[in-house]
Order: sequence, then C-alpha cells, then structure tokens
Amino acid sequence: MRQITYREAIREALQEEMRRDPAIFILGEDVAEYGGAFKVTAGMLEEFGPTRVLDTPLSESAIVGAAVGAALMGMHPVAELMFADFIGVAMDAVVNHAAKISYLSAGEYCAPMVVRMTYGVGLHKGAHHSQSVESWLSNVPGLTVVMPSTPSDAKGMLKAALRLSNPVIYFEHALLYNRKGPVPDGDHIVPIGKAEVRREGQDLTVVATGRMTEVALEAAASLQQVGIRAEVIDLRSIVPFDEMAVIESVRKTGRLLTVHEAPCRGGFGAEVASVVAEKAFGHLDAPIRRLGAPWTPVPFSPALEALYPPCAKDIVEAARSMIGSGAG
Amino acid sequence: MVFAEQLSNTDLLQMYRWMILTRTFEDRICALWGKGGIVELPHGSQGQEAIAVGACFGLRRSDQVMPSLRARGVFLVRGIPPRVQMAAAYGRATGAARGKSSAHHMGDRSSGILPSSAIVGASITVAVGAALAIKLQGRDDMVVCFFGDGAAQRGDFHEGLNFAGAFRLPIVFILENNGYAEYTPVSRHTAAANFACRAAGYGFPGFTLDGNDALAVYEATQQAAVAARSGKGPTLLECVTYRLRSHNEVTPPETCRDAAEIDAWKARDPVSRLGASLVLQGILDASQQEALQAEASALVEDAVRYAEQSPFPSAEEISWCVYAEENGGLIVRGIP
Repeated sequence: MRQITYREAIREALQEEMRRDPAIFILGEDVAEYGGAFKVTAGMLEEFGPTRVLDTPLSESAIVGAAVGAALMGMHPVAELMFADFIGVAMDAVVNHAAKISYLSAGEYCAPMVVRMTYGVGLHKGAHHSQSVESWLSNVPGLTVVMPSTPSDAKGMLKAALRLSNPVIYFEHALLYNRKGPVPDGDHIVPIGKAEVRREGQDLTVVATGRMTEVALEAAASLQQVGIRAEVIDLRSIVPFDEMAVIESVRKTGRLLTVHEAPCRGGFGAEVASVVAEKAFGHLDAPIRRLGAPWTPVPFSPALEALYPPCAKDIVEAARSMIGSGAG
Repeated sequence: MVFAEQLSNTDLLQMYRWMILTRTFEDRICALWGKGGIVELPHGSQGQEAIAVGACFGLRRSDQVMPSLRARGVFLVRGIPPRVQMAAAYGRATGAARGKSSAHHMGDRSSGILPSSAIVGASITVAVGAALAIKLQGRDDMVVCFFGDGAAQRGDFHEGLNFAGAFRLPIVFILENNGYAEYTPVSRHTAAANFACRAAGYGFPGFTLDGNDALAVYEATQQAAVAARSGKGPTLLECVTYRLRSHNEVTPPETCRDAAEIDAWKARDPVSRLGASLVLQGILDASQQEALQAEASALVEDAVRYAEQSPFPSAEEISWCVYAEENGGLIVRGIP
C-alpha cells in the first residue's frame, strides 16, 4: 500500500471531500496563500479558489462563530485553529453554540462543521502552543471529539467527519505531521467511535490517545523483551468513547493502564478508568494506573518539556509494577 | 426618506399593528411573571418596539434575522405566532424546540430566525457566519443582527464586525442603545460619545438614529439593505432608545434609575408616537385604534390560554436531539 504522511492524509481528505461537496469550505488564519501554519492546506487555494479557502482575521472567536453561522445556512465549514490552545478564545462558540444547536432547536437546525486544531508538546513552543485540551471538550454533550494517530485514520476519520451533520473537534498532533504510513487509495472512510487494537496482548491493556499510541507501542515492544504482553488500544475518538473495546480487552488482560499527553488529573484517562471500575471491576487483577502529564503548565525549556509527556519508559515501569502487584 | 415614503397606508397600519401587538404581549408577559406558569424571566422590550418592527418590516422571507435578548417584536413580525412565544415562556412542548429552548432565544428556519445564544453578544459572530454563507452561496439575501449596547462591549462585537467588514458581508448590525447594560448606564460602560463611530474602525458606515421612530429605523435598514445586497458590505445602525421596564422583571423599572428619566422617555413612547402620527395624517382613527388594540389583546389572551393548556415535554425527550441524526455507518455512538 502507498505510504503518505499524516499531513498529506489530512490534505487528501479535505481535497477529496471538497471536490465531492461544494458546501465544504475552509476558513482560518493563513490557510489560503500561506497554506496553513503546518502547511496542511498548502496548494488548496490554487485548486479551490478564494471562495472556498478563506484567510480570516486573527479572530478565533469569529472564525468558529462564523463557522457555526455558515453551518446553520447549509454550508459545511472546516475551521482551522493554528493551535488547540487557542480554543480558549473560541470556547463559547464551540460549547455554547455549535454543540447545542441541534438540542436547542429540537433537531430543526444542525451545525455540520469541523474544527481542526494542532495540539501536543515537542516543538518547544511553550505553555500556550502545546497543550492537549481534549478533556476540556469531552464533557460537552453535542460535540464529537477525535484524535487520529495514524495517516490512515487522519484521512478516513476526517472524511467521515465531513459527512456528518454534527460539529466535530479534530485534533492533529504537531509531531505526527511528518509520520508516514499506509493509506488506502480511493474513498477511504474510517467510521468515528470505534477504537482500534493496535497490538494484541494478554497481560495488560494500555489505552492510549493520539501520539501516545506510538509511545505505547514502543513501550509494548520493550515489555515483550521481558515477557510482558501488552495490548495497546488506540481510542481514536474520545467522544464517542468505545467503552466496549476497552471492557472486552480488560476482561482478557485483567489490567488497565491509561496514557495521554494531557495532565493526568481530570484527563480522559479518568473517564476510561471509571468506566472500567464500574463495568469490569470483577475482571481487574490489579489497581488501574493512569499516566499523563504532571500537574503543571507545559514548560518552555526543552530540558523540562522532554519530561512533560509520558514516555515509553514511564509506560514500561508502570506496566511492570502492575504485573508485579497483581495476582498474575 | 426614500423607502419610508413609499410605504402605503396599509403598510403603515400593519407596522402600527405589529407595534401594538408587541407592546400588548410584553405588558402581559411581564404582568404574568411571578404569578405561576411563566418560567422564563421576562426581559421586556417595552419602549424598543420601533426597532424590531422598523428593521424587520419589508425584509424577505429568505433574509435571516438574529434576535437579541430583548427583541420580542422580531419574532412576531417574522411570523412566530404569539401562542408559540407564550408557550415557550411557559416551557411547554408547544413552545420553542419542544421546551428545549426559550422564547428569547428560539430559532425558526421557516421564518428565517437564527437560533441565538443566551451569552449576550455571542450571537454576533454566528450572524456574521450566516452572512458569509449567503455571500459564498452567491445569493442577494442578507442578515439583520440585533444586539444591545451591553453586547457591544463584548469581544465578539469587535471580532464579528471586523470579520464582516473584511469580507464585505451582507449584514446590518442593529445596535439597540437603550441606555443601560443591565443596570449600568452607557456613560459608565464606555467613554465614547456614541457607538456608530465604531463602524469607521471596521471600514463600513455607521449611523446613529432615533430608535423610537419606526419609520426612521425602517428607512435606515432599507438603505443599509441596498448596500448589503449589492456587495458593498455591512452597516452599523445605532438605534437610540430607552428600556421602559427594568433589565428584567425581578426588579422595578426605577432600579438604579431616576423615575423622572423614565417619565421623560414615556413621553417619547414609540407606539403612541407612530399612532399619533398616523392619526395626524388621517390614516388611523380612534375606532380603528381601539379595534387594533382589541385584536392584539385577544391574540395575547389566546396565547396565554394556549400556553397554560399545553403539555410539558415528556421525560424521555430529555435525551432527544443532542446530536443531529447521522448515517450510522459513519459514526458509532456508545452512549445513547
């Protein structure tokens, strides 16, 4: 199968869907002539013209608010926020308007739109250009929140998102843009709401989101060396959350470790842990463990930033302690 | 008065009829508050009726309006029956979105009313987006966006108006300057002499006008509509008016204001003013005036009875429509 980058996969999804559906258009800061902060929309102005790829003022609240208004009028906007941290200034449009349109109109109106945003540490961009904010948005009924970790999912889930009638928050990890991976030719769609088992194992379940999936897979390979067979589940979307995939895996392994890049406290791992505690407690052979960032803002200095997200070594140590403490 | 002069006597009587109906509805709903039944706290628009009626009169069905918190007349003129507005205030299934929304913030697709948010000022950017869609779709419709002087202090005012100016969008911003943001007078929430001057900062025209003169509001909106529909972009209309009731019905009108100030504005009441003008012109007589008032009162009383007799939504409806319906092959929702 052909290999393309995560960035190219997102761009392909946008191009194909925009050719299919004239209601889709892109708006954001420097998305047209410049091609986007991370060059995801490079070349799209040339193909689709200035009425479908729109450079906007530096006004995130207006970008997302206008996307909602355009969606109400039958368009299907894709709003790009340069960094997920900027959701802070567009939060009202997302949570109080986009998310509630269907409910507050008893289904008469809907807000088909995608808000794409780049998240994650690793580019030395400091506290305001690095955060993983997905759990902020996971507690808002009406939203759909996806975090693709591979080029194939990046393309297929964005294509699915652009065929939905609801607002979708689409998180792209800054360090994944250059990752290459197999992506099927043609109309490749990945349904949203199904987790994917990235590696099968018998001894513990590692539930990861976004870039933490590849970190978990690296850890699983190390654990194999010491005879621990970790199963790695990539949630892919946190709203909806594929509870059954996690529960079924824990029934098999008896151990749950959650890993994400957002701070551990109040992160989505807490929701995963709660569901397992409520619905699969009897299958647990060891206490649930959660890994995430420390309870600090993202530090700027590379020396500190490197310590911020969970790394493979953290996962290996947590897994070994869980195996050691369990009934086996 | 290019456009206002072309209004027929029938048009003028119709405008007056809307103003009477709006006033009657507002007076009734404010009187009902606190007596059981009404669950939506009324934020009365008495004194500001000329703005809703003047701006909405003569719009196309395909134009879109974004109401403010205090815009009862917008709903009525655009065609929402008094029954639906009243049932919405009662939280009944026959009201707004089967009781999910409120009378103040309901949308209605067939009437071209965009659903608004109860976050004051936040709907401005959404109205701008609707205007963007109209432009991208190549239509010559437009959006009329209502908000108050309080909302104009939100960041969304700046972002929305600048965005609309940058794209030359077909939108008319109707700023109802009623003198107060909740209980704080304009003089204490801005140092500027007026709001219309802000439009210059966004590259489009802004005008201050008498918001208690329905025909002046009609004229200004229609002139702004010419610009909007022909691609020239937005206009900001600062309609100077006065809120005769308090911010809401929890407090009396005199709260944080002088009774003398209220009385002075009562002398400039927009409803009696249009009525007197029509009488002076021989378009309206006392018996017609009585008949219009009787008709409005009957409609409002019918709306109250309808609301009181309407059912509440059923318990299972709490989870309806959180998400729009989807092709299930594209999404799997674990939580019902």
